[in-house]
Amino acid sequence: MANDHIDLTVEPGEIHALLGENGAGKSTLMNILYGLLQPDSGEILVDGRPLQIRGPSDAIAAGIGMVHQHFMLVPVFTVAENVMLGAEKVRGGAPWLTGGVLDRRRARREVAEVSERYGLRVDPDARIEDLPVGVQQRVEIIKALTREVDLLILDEPTAVLTPQETDELLEVMRALKVAGKSIVFITHKLGEVQAIADRITVVRRGRTVGSASPDTSRDELAAMMVGRSVQLTVSKEAATPGAPVLEVRGLVVDDDRGIRAVAGVDLTVRAGEVLGIAGVQGNGQTELVEAVMGLRLALDGEISLAGERIDGWPTKRVLRAGVGYVPENRSVDGVVKEFTVAENLVLDLYDRPPFGKGLALYPDEINKAARARIEQFDVRTSSEQAAVGTLSGGNQQKVIVAREMSRPLKLFIAAQPTRGVDVGSIEFIHRQIVHERDVGTAVLLVSSELDEVLSLADRVAVMYRGRILAIVDPATPREEIGLLMAGGTPDRDEA
Amino acid sequence: MTAVSTITVDEATAAVPAAGFWSRDRKVGAGLVLLGVLGAVLFGALATAQPARFTLSEDSGGAALEVGGTTGAVLFGLIAALAGGALLTGRAHRWFAYLLGAGVVGFVLSFLCWQVSAAPAGQNFMPLVNVVRGTFLLALPLIFGALAGVLCERSGVVNVAIEGQLLMGAFSGALVGTMSGSPWIGLVAAAAGGALISLLLAVFAIRYLVDQVVMGVVLNLLALGLTGFLYERLMQQDTKAYNQPPHFPVWRIPLLSDLPVLGPALFTGTIFLFLAIALVVVIQLGLFRTRWGLRTRAVGEHPQAADTLGVRVLGLRYRNVLLAGAIAGIGGASYTLVIYTFTKNMIGGKGFIALAALIFGRWSPVGALLAALFFGFADQLATYLGAIDSVIPSEFLAMLPYLATIFAVAGLVGRVRAPAADGKPYIKG
Repeated sequence: MANDHIDLTVEPGEIHALLGENGAGKSTLMNILYGLLQPDSGEILVDGRPLQIRGPSDAIAAGIGMVHQHFMLVPVFTVAENVMLGAEKVRGGAPWLTGGVLDRRRARREVAEVSERYGLRVDPDARIEDLPVGVQQRVEIIKALTREVDLLILDEPTAVLTPQETDELLEVMRALKVAGKSIVFITHKLGEVQAIADRITVVRRGRTVGSASPDTSRDELAAMMVGRSVQLTVSKEAATPGAPVLEVRGLVVDDDRGIRAVAGVDLTVRAGEVLGIAGVQGNGQTELVEAVMGLRLALDGEISLAGERIDGWPTKRVLRAGVGYVPENRSVDGVVKEFTVAENLVLDLYDRPPFGKGLALYPDEINKAARARIEQFDVRTSSEQAAVGTLSGGNQQKVIVAREMSRPLKLFIAAQPTRGVDVGSIEFIHRQIVHERDVGTAVLLVSSELDEVLSLADRVAVMYRGRILAIVDPATPREEIGLLMAGGTPDRDEA
Repeated sequence: MTAVSTITVDEATAAVPAAGFWSRDRKVGAGLVLLGVLGAVLFGALATAQPARFTLSEDSGGAALEVGGTTGAVLFGLIAALAGGALLTGRAHRWFAYLLGAGVVGFVLSFLCWQVSAAPAGQNFMPLVNVVRGTFLLALPLIFGALAGVLCERSGVVNVAIEGQLLMGAFSGALVGTMSGSPWIGLVAAAAGGALISLLLAVFAIRYLVDQVVMGVVLNLLALGLTGFLYERLMQQDTKAYNQPPHFPVWRIPLLSDLPVLGPALFTGTIFLFLAIALVVVIQLGLFRTRWGLRTRAVGEHPQAADTLGVRVLGLRYRNVLLAGAIAGIGGASYTLVIYTFTKNMIGGKGFIALAALIFGRWSPVGALLAALFFGFADQLATYLGAIDSVIPSEFLAMLPYLATIFAVAGLVGRVRAPAADGKPYIKG
């Protein structure tokens, strides 16, 4: 059950934040409002009248619009085509057969009008796939606005934005509020909630646990969200960096489409320090990490591990040389969902004693080791024989961390280690990363959550369009790092 | 589709495609230069001094274009090489399509000059009217079949069952046409027969989420078995009652049919010729200019996006798949309601070639038409060369269009991209 007797009331002209952890049931609730899912019980009232919403068209007719977390845009269509889809402007032309001939000029004019009125700059003739994410999001908002919605649902809208783009979005939200629109703003980021919300409803495990006003403190909000008090900052001692472990020089890597993703990156990670890579998703972080792991071809440059060249090595050899790796796409690259927890825990060492030899596996050893690691890494599972796919995101991630940290490591690479993970597991994983650093492992952390990078890293490298623009101290003001993430020039040298 | 941002292509800093010197233009150019030189040298050497005549009217003595065999082979080879050379400079990207066309046509003409001039005395002419007419006739079922593919795949359903739809159309057209005595009723029955195969495809692919390629293959076998059985047990028992379909008359369009070459080939024909051309135009305009087309393409690219805007994804898919079946069924009837009677497995793989034409034509109706004509021309050429006792074995010529398809699909025609949701069932939620 994703929603259990949730109540929510949104007033006209109000920005209402729906705050909750990943998996708390926020998106489910909104998908019901938008007609994508049907409730088992309960009712929806619009302007005081009960309403049955059987599908998105009912929702749109009732004045409800939604910007989904994963954008609902056709990549090969233009902005105008995406905006008019479903509510096409047509001229005559056999409407009984074709629904009429598209009136593109009117569609373009409508996009231009709405973007003018609310300050949402966008070219109506641009193709979606050529636009940056921030602009795609504007298209989504325009799409809802041209349908004259009164209530706009924004599902985790800031997850993919730079701090600057986030500020722009908040401006747009204020403009919409002035125009009399109501907004439901779904998020798990406390700072944004405090910055913009008029009222806050907190949900936890599918239930409303209360509402709050925006002047509630962050710690209180976090406690409501998680159900106990949470330590928001990571406590750690100052780092004592040792010899360089990972050295990358002039690395060039292409993405799947053959487009340059990493365009000459130099970086060094020393033993006993965390180097954090900040940047908006898709600026080459994925390809950089995959090249280091031997999962993607390095077209140029050198990668060395403790002085030894490892570029061109197969992944297995890189792993066995003492590299631990938490991949960013957990369910595809991190675990085999159908396998048991025990099996997933030995995916790296299944062919070596004590777990296996030659053609044989030793299940007793595998299960014994699994039970020990489940205990040590606090994995919440019914038994080591449960399929990993049945675990929550946070516990799946703990399985991966447990596996990767069970080898002697020189280098630990964590890509988006806490994406889609509950707060309790985030705390645990962060502590493990700091612990790994403290025992002298070099840690490379890649995250699109700036807060995570700033609280864990000892040095922060900002990546933009395949290059490292600057390496700064984590105490650098957020605005300055945000500017770098958007491609601004650094006015400070390497820290 | 995830909301992951990628490096945008507008700024050239990091987004330079890793092509280097050998861009696609240059590769194609180099290929054309090679072909052109091959034509000029090899075909030029093999051609005789006899003139190669390309006759423009239906009698061999009438007006004709004439060129000396050797001269023509060398000249057209050089034209192909020049077109390739222009591309090889890397500065002629704007004219890519025209130069590629000129190069290919030049090479083909060079080849023809050799073949025609080397034909036995008295036969060294090529009747252009017959060639163009034959090309269109052979391309007809391919055009219908490929259009059926376009309709299905643009809305996200892979249609491997074109072969079965054509066959079912040919069969029901012949059967009902014979029994009713009217080719028009036969035509309607053919459309219904094709749509029946489509209905099975739609129900199993859309409703029961069966793998669409597997389903298509199974349906082809079903159509083959069913029509084969009924042919033996029904039609062959009493041919007169069940398998002597009435044929559509040949129509001539006044004035236009008097044009040289094109008139007798393009403006004189049965209803199927005109229907095919009309359907290409209508579907092309429909897909890119109308509400139905916008929704169809949206459903084929990103069904979830369409659904969140109130477009009925499954309904639209059903509708398009059924329509596709009807069109392929009519294509099948172009066999039985024009010349032949029904025979077992009479489509003989044309449905799969239509599928290739669909891909070659990049999922667009006009592209599919051109690809179908290309295949038709290659077929017709093989027949012609057989008739003039060419030194080239006709089996080899019959193979050529498929070789060309492989090369073309591999990169010559540019990046071939299927609709993103092609073959993926849509499940709500």
